[in-house]
Amino acid sequence: MISLETPKKFRPLIGQAHQVALNLLRPNSRKYDLLEHEYPKELDMLAAMIDGLSESGASNGAGASGVRRSEDEPADDGKTQNEKTQNEKTQNGTNLASVLSIMEMCWGDVGLLLSMPRQGLGNSAIASVADAEQQERFAGLWAGMAITEPGTGSDSANIATTAVLDGDDYVLNGEKIFVTAGDRCDAVVVWATLDKSLGRAAIKSFVVPKGTAGMNVERLEHKLGIRSSDTATIRFEGCRVPKENLLGSSEVDVKQGFAGAMATFDNTRPLVAAMAVGCARASLELTKELLEQAGVDVDYDRPAYNQTAAAATFLQMEADWEAAYLLTLQAAWMADNRKPNSLEASMAKAKAGRVGSDVTLRCVELAGSIGYSEHELLEKWARDSKILDIFEGTQQIQQLIVARRLLGKTSAELK
Amino acid sequence: MSQIRPSKHDATSGESRDPIGIAVAVLNRLAQTSALDRFGLRRSTERVVFETTRSGFRTIGALNRTFARQGKKSGAPARVPAAPGNGVFDLTPSEDEQMLVDVVSDFATEVLRPAAAQANEDCSAPHEVLASSLEIGLPILAVPEDLGGISTERSAMAGTLVAEALAKGDMGLAVACLAPGAVSTALSLWGSDEQQSTYLPAFTGDDEPAAALAVNEPRALFDPFVLQTTATRDGDDFVLNGVKSLVPRGADAELFVVAAELEGRPALFLVESACAGVAIEADPSMGLRAAALSRMILKDVRVSSLGLLGDTDGQAYAECVRLSRLAWCALSLGTAQAVLDYVIPYVNERQAFGEPVSHRQSVAFMVANIGIELQGMRLVTYKAASRAAQGKAFGREVGLARRLCAERGMQIGNDGVQLLGGHGFVKEHPVERWYRDLRAIGLMEGGVLL
Repeated sequence: MISLETPKKFRPLIGQAHQVALNLLRPNSRKYDLLEHEYPKELDMLAAMIDGLSESGASNGAGASGVRRSEDEPADDGKTQNEKTQNEKTQNGTNLASVLSIMEMCWGDVGLLLSMPRQGLGNSAIASVADAEQQERFAGLWAGMAITEPGTGSDSANIATTAVLDGDDYVLNGEKIFVTAGDRCDAVVVWATLDKSLGRAAIKSFVVPKGTAGMNVERLEHKLGIRSSDTATIRFEGCRVPKENLLGSSEVDVKQGFAGAMATFDNTRPLVAAMAVGCARASLELTKELLEQAGVDVDYDRPAYNQTAAAATFLQMEADWEAAYLLTLQAAWMADNRKPNSLEASMAKAKAGRVGSDVTLRCVELAGSIGYSEHELLEKWARDSKILDIFEGTQQIQQLIVARRLLGKTSAELK
Repeated sequence: MSQIRPSKHDATSGESRDPIGIAVAVLNRLAQTSALDRFGLRRSTERVVFETTRSGFRTIGALNRTFARQGKKSGAPARVPAAPGNGVFDLTPSEDEQMLVDVVSDFATEVLRPAAAQANEDCSAPHEVLASSLEIGLPILAVPEDLGGISTERSAMAGTLVAEALAKGDMGLAVACLAPGAVSTALSLWGSDEQQSTYLPAFTGDDEPAAALAVNEPRALFDPFVLQTTATRDGDDFVLNGVKSLVPRGADAELFVVAAELEGRPALFLVESACAGVAIEADPSMGLRAAALSRMILKDVRVSSLGLLGDTDGQAYAECVRLSRLAWCALSLGTAQAVLDYVIPYVNERQAFGEPVSHRQSVAFMVANIGIELQGMRLVTYKAASRAAQGKAFGREVGLARRLCAERGMQIGNDGVQLLGGHGFVKEHPVERWYRDLRAIGLMEGGVLL
C-alpha cells in the first residue's frame, strides 16, 4: 500500500543520529567553521561509536557504504504486490536508512558529516564498484574520492590523470582538486584513464593509500562553507599502486562506457540530496521558532494569502522542502527495491540542491539581523548549503540528465 | 444581489468616462447589435445561461426528486474504518487500487479526452460521458459497502489515484464526473443514520442525482473559515442566506452540501434543490468549463434539522476543506502529467535552426523541471492522501500539497503553452485548456471531495 511515512524500524536509528547531531555536531559547528582546517577531534569518538553500531547491525547498514546494491540485480519483475512472497514485499533497506540518518546528521552540521571518519565518498565508490575481495581488503579504510581536475569538472569523461600498467603496478600521473577529506582520509579513490584515446571506457578508479610514494597533498582550500571539511589538492607524480587496487574490472569495455564508475553516482546522488534536505530543515525549524517569537504563526489551513507575507513565504518554502524530502526518499527506496533509479536520483538531487539554497538563504532574510549574524547558525547554513547544489553533479548537469531521460536524447543530441 | 458594485468591466474605482468615452460606448452598443446579426449569433444569445450578464439569467434549482426522510435519529451511521498502516515506506499501489486506476485511465483516454474540447466550448459535459462515469461507480467510491457503495476502508488514497487518472483525460470533465461523489462522500463521512438513509440510496440506486459541494464565495481573499453565507436557527430549522460561486453543475444538482456559518463557526448543510429560495446562475470561468460552474444564491432557504451535516464545532468542516483541497491537488497531478506527455513529442518533432527544439537547453531544462516538480507534487499529495486514509492528522501535509500544486502546477501549465510557442496559444492544441484549468488549483474550495 502507498505510504510515505518514515519507516517505523528506522526510528531508533534516526533518533540516535539526531542525538549525535544535537549534542556533538551542533555544539561544535561554529567552532570548526571558524577554525577551518583544524582537525575535529570530537569526531574520532563518534566514529568509534558508529563503527560499533555498524558492526552490531543497529545502524541498519546506514552510512556511506550502505549504498551497495545486490550483485544479482533483476529488473522490476512485474509481479503484483499480492503475487510477491513475504521476502519480495517492499524493502526499506540500507539506502533508505542511509538517507534518513544523513539527513539528521546534516541537520546537525554538513561539514562535520563530511569529516566523519570512514564516511567518505570513496567508501561509497568501494561499496558500489569493488569486488568481494577488495571489499574485504579495504574494509575499515576511510576513503576520499578524487575525480575533479583543474580543467575538468562536470565533464568527468575528460579527465587527464593517467594510469599506466608497469609490471605489477599502475603508475599514476596527474593533479586532482576539490578532494573532500583529502587530507584526513586513509586512502583516496582516484579516477584515472588507462588510455585517453579510448575515451570514457578506459576510465577506472584506483584505491591509493596515504603514504604511497608519489602522492602529495599540496594544499587545502579556503571556502565559503563546509569549512570544517578539508578540501584538498593532491598531486600524483610517478605514483605506483598495485594492480589489485584497481576497483572492479580492468577490462576496457567500450560498450559499457564508464557505467561502472557512474553507478556510484546513482547511489550517492540521493545521499547528497539528503544532506541538502537535512541542512534546509535546520534553517526551517529555527526560522519557524524565530517567527513565532516575532508573533507570526504559520497556519496550514488558512489560505496563504490571508496570512502575513512571512507566513506565506514559510509555507511555500516548507512545501518545496517536503517535495525535496520525498523525492530523496523515493530515490533511496527504489535502490533498496532494486529498481533502476538514475532518473529519480537526479530529480532528487536537482530539487534538493536548489531547495537547499533557496530555503537557507530566504531564512536568513526572514530572520533579519540575527539571520545574518554569527550569533546564530542560520548564516552558516546558508553558506554550507551552496556546495550541495554543485558537487556530485551540478544543478545543471542533473537537469541535463533528467531532460535526456524524459526526451529520450543522447549526450550527442542534447548538450 | 451577487454584485456589490455596478460592473465597470473590471476597471477600478478611479476610472471615469469623458465625452469621447461616452461616444465610444454608444458605438460599442451599436456594433454589438449588428454583430449579432452578421454572425448569426441571435440564436446563441438564447444560450444566455452561459453568457455573463449583469442581470443574470437565473433558474430555479433542477427539477428534483423528493428525498423521503428515512432512518432513525438514534441509529448509528455507517462509517468506514481507517486503512491500517504497516510502518513501511512504499510507493506501490495495492492490487485493488491498480485495477481501479487501470479502469479509470481507460475511461479518461477513451471517453474524456476526445470529448474535452467540445465540452469546453459547450460549457457542459455530454450526457453520455456523465452516464458512463456513473457506470464505473464514481459517486460510490467512498460510500460504505453496507450502504450500497464499494468502500471497505477510508479511500482517500484510491480516490487520489482515481482523480489523477481522470484529470489526465480532462480536468473539467473530471470535475463534472466527480462532483456528485463529493456529496455522497460527505454523507458517508459525516452523515447521521437518518441522513444516510434518506439521501444515499439515490446515489447507490439506478438514477443517480447530480449533486454539488458549495464552499467558494465571490470575493478576493476568500477564506473558507470566514464565511459570509450564514445559517440561523429558527426553531428546529435553519435558514440560510448567501452566495456560493464556482459550484460545479449547479443547474443540474438536486442535492447540495453548502458551507455556511452557524453561530460563529463554519458548518455544512444539506440543501435540496427544490427548497424555496435557491436560485442558480451561470458562472462560466477561465477553465473547468465542462463542469458547468455556477453560482448558487440562497435567500431565506429553510432546511429542517436533518439539514445540518456533521458537528457544529468546526471539526467535520475542517476535514471537509482539507479533503476537498486534497482532491484538487490530485486533479492537478493528472493535468500536469497530460502537459508533460504532450510537450515531449512536440518538442522532439518541432524543428528550428535545423534540429529539434528539444536540443536546446532552455527547452530541455523546461521539460526537465516540469518532470521534477510534477514528481515532487505527486509525492507530497500522495503523502497527504495516505495519511488521510490511515486516519492520521494530515492538515500540515494537505496544506503543503495545496501550496505546491498551486504554484508548481500553474508553472507547468504556463510552460506547457510556452513550449508549443504560437501553437500553444491556439485551441488546436489542448495545452491552452490545461493552462486555464490548472489556474483553478490555488483558489478552488469545495466542488470535489475525497
